[in-house]
Amino acid sequence: MSLETHETVTAKIFPHPLNAWYAVAWDHEVTAKEPMSRTIAGKSMVLYRTTDNRPVALADACWHRLAPLSMGTLVGSDEIQCPYHGLRYNSTGRCTSMPAQQTVNPSAMVPSYPVVERYRYLWVWPGDMTLADPDLIPDMSQMSSPEWAGDGETIHAACNYQLILDNLMDLTHEEFVHGASLGQAELSESGFHTKLEDDGSVTVTRWMHEVEPPPFWRRNMRDKFPDFDGLVDRWQIIHYYAPSTICIDVGVAKAGTGADQGDRSQGVNGYVMNTITPETDRSSHYFWAFMRNYRLESQTITTQLRNGVHGVFGEDEVMLQAQQAAIDANPDHEFYSLNIDAGGMWVRRILDRMLAAEERGEDPLSARDLTGIGAAER
Amino acid sequence: MSSDPRPAWTTARVVESRPVTDRIRRVTFERPAGRRAAPGTHVDVRVRTPKGEDVRSYSIVESSADGSRLTVSVMRAQASRGGSVFMHGLVEGDEIECTQPLQNFELRHGAHRYVVLAAGVGITAVIEMGRVLHRLGQDYRFVYVGRSRAQMAYVDELAALHGDRLELRVDDEGTGLDVESLVADLPDDGRAEVYMCGPIRLMDAVRRSWLSHGRPIADLRFETFGSSGWFEPEAFEVEIPELGLSTVVASDASLLEALAAAGADMMYDCRKGECGLCEVTISSVRGRVDHRDVFLSDDEKATDETLCICVSRIAAPEDGDAGTGRLTLTL
Repeated sequence: MSLETHETVTAKIFPHPLNAWYAVAWDHEVTAKEPMSRTIAGKSMVLYRTTDNRPVALADACWHRLAPLSMGTLVGSDEIQCPYHGLRYNSTGRCTSMPAQQTVNPSAMVPSYPVVERYRYLWVWPGDMTLADPDLIPDMSQMSSPEWAGDGETIHAACNYQLILDNLMDLTHEEFVHGASLGQAELSESGFHTKLEDDGSVTVTRWMHEVEPPPFWRRNMRDKFPDFDGLVDRWQIIHYYAPSTICIDVGVAKAGTGADQGDRSQGVNGYVMNTITPETDRSSHYFWAFMRNYRLESQTITTQLRNGVHGVFGEDEVMLQAQQAAIDANPDHEFYSLNIDAGGMWVRRILDRMLAAEERGEDPLSARDLTGIGAAER
Repeated sequence: MSSDPRPAWTTARVVESRPVTDRIRRVTFERPAGRRAAPGTHVDVRVRTPKGEDVRSYSIVESSADGSRLTVSVMRAQASRGGSVFMHGLVEGDEIECTQPLQNFELRHGAHRYVVLAAGVGITAVIEMGRVLHRLGQDYRFVYVGRSRAQMAYVDELAALHGDRLELRVDDEGTGLDVESLVADLPDDGRAEVYMCGPIRLMDAVRRSWLSHGRPIADLRFETFGSSGWFEPEAFEVEIPELGLSTVVASDASLLEALAAAGADMMYDCRKGECGLCEVTISSVRGRVDHRDVFLSDDEKATDETLCICVSRIAAPEDGDAGTGRLTLTL
């Protein structure tokens, strides 16, 4: 394979693919009572449900004079009425009624975006609808599995979505940004392994053996093992799914009990679920949740974990916003990379390939494109 | 949003031409790359006929990812005006003039369920829609109507892809389509969008049945290739007494164009008979009003009180001795 040239790979304002599923909302946010507005990948959408609970995503601008449909009302079984002149649209975005005339202009319609409900989120496809295969939705199955419990929130982050992916693909920042809860010196001292998988996902694996558990993990261990004290083996296994979903298998187990050989029975295991949706070039909807596979019955633990992660991610939010401001204040300065950026750089290369495939009109997210097999043909 | 961009003509080179039934031929050609042709799109092709050059529209059956390689399928019509004979004569290496893919029949996401209805060579307009509905995991039925299996193109491919969702309706096998039960059997609990392409008589039967069941007309989709009116276009006179204006509308000009050329400042926008901005009151007419718009309802058209001047015309009185059509308008 010849070396590719990547002009966009270290872009500071990273472009986003359109031919991809993005989380647009939590399932409970979109109702059959009132429409809501949200901008995804630069496209403003109105979201609602039909009376039989199907989610609908239309362009949030009336065909006529572009008044926002999200200020309108839901009528009938599946229609939305423009707040300005009363034009009505069905769930495919076709106009069904116009004021003061007996007919409807057959050309009158607003874009309708593919939308699928899965893993407690609604997902939309802002690009070429003919490519919107629901099987391409990234695997976040822990969100809706009976073997996992947890909850999460949305951060409206004032930064380019790729900065959040960089953040999650390299967790050495925990030592510096989250010193009070998650950080420990062993994070940057222990080695990690980065791998581009055959299916186009990227895995970054880090094990820390026989370490003191940081406060967050000591508390979690005691939820399962009330008398626990001592050293742990700690793991972080980051799974990236294009374009912008990162599920992190995290946990600790009593040191030397074989967690790294597959026996996690003497530990606690969580999954940090993150899916990041570009809103504009400089803002993102960051949907996250923390799922666990122990003490499923305890709503108290669910709330405590959600609140704990809320605090941790608040620290990231401050850093990301400040980083975006510094990027904008220093337009002549470039990005340089460190060894720790391997995961984030794979993400950037994969996104670069997705964007190139999109240019060529090819099917997105095929492993062939993501892994670069066949790149030499380009 | 859905209005077509203007047709842009380019030269394309035929790279494959082969029969798929006795009378249907598949022609694949290469043209400059752009975007993948969406389901429901067609190309206009310049054809040579005994009467000279003409333009025909053909639905795109297949498109490469970048739209550089397009396939159409053409039925050799019994009463051909020459277009299908020309297309059937094409061989590999021939050059043709054609447009980019044009959209008139857009597949939309968001329906509760879908029915694709194809009859005869109408299959060409919807075959790609079927592929996309399958890929997107939508709830759909694909109904394919024909006189005999030998005349039905792409049956094997459709059966392989759609399995149980494909419903073959073959006249000479005694399984022909009953339009009334097709419409009546659509579930009432939710909406179904129907995309149809076939002979005008079949589509009209479906449309009438659709309306008689009170189903929303927006859910029935078909391609009209523009309303061609009830009469051949002919020249007629138009007069606006308030403006002291009188002129003749030539057979190849619109009423709007003739009035503008004569100095009248008329209001208009879409020029396709859709928006209704150009509606004008008729004060008298000699001849028959040929309403070609989709703005006025059938009831409104029947009164002949107004017409849409961007597309509608006047035909001479039935009594051939009464002279050409004549229209007087009130502003």
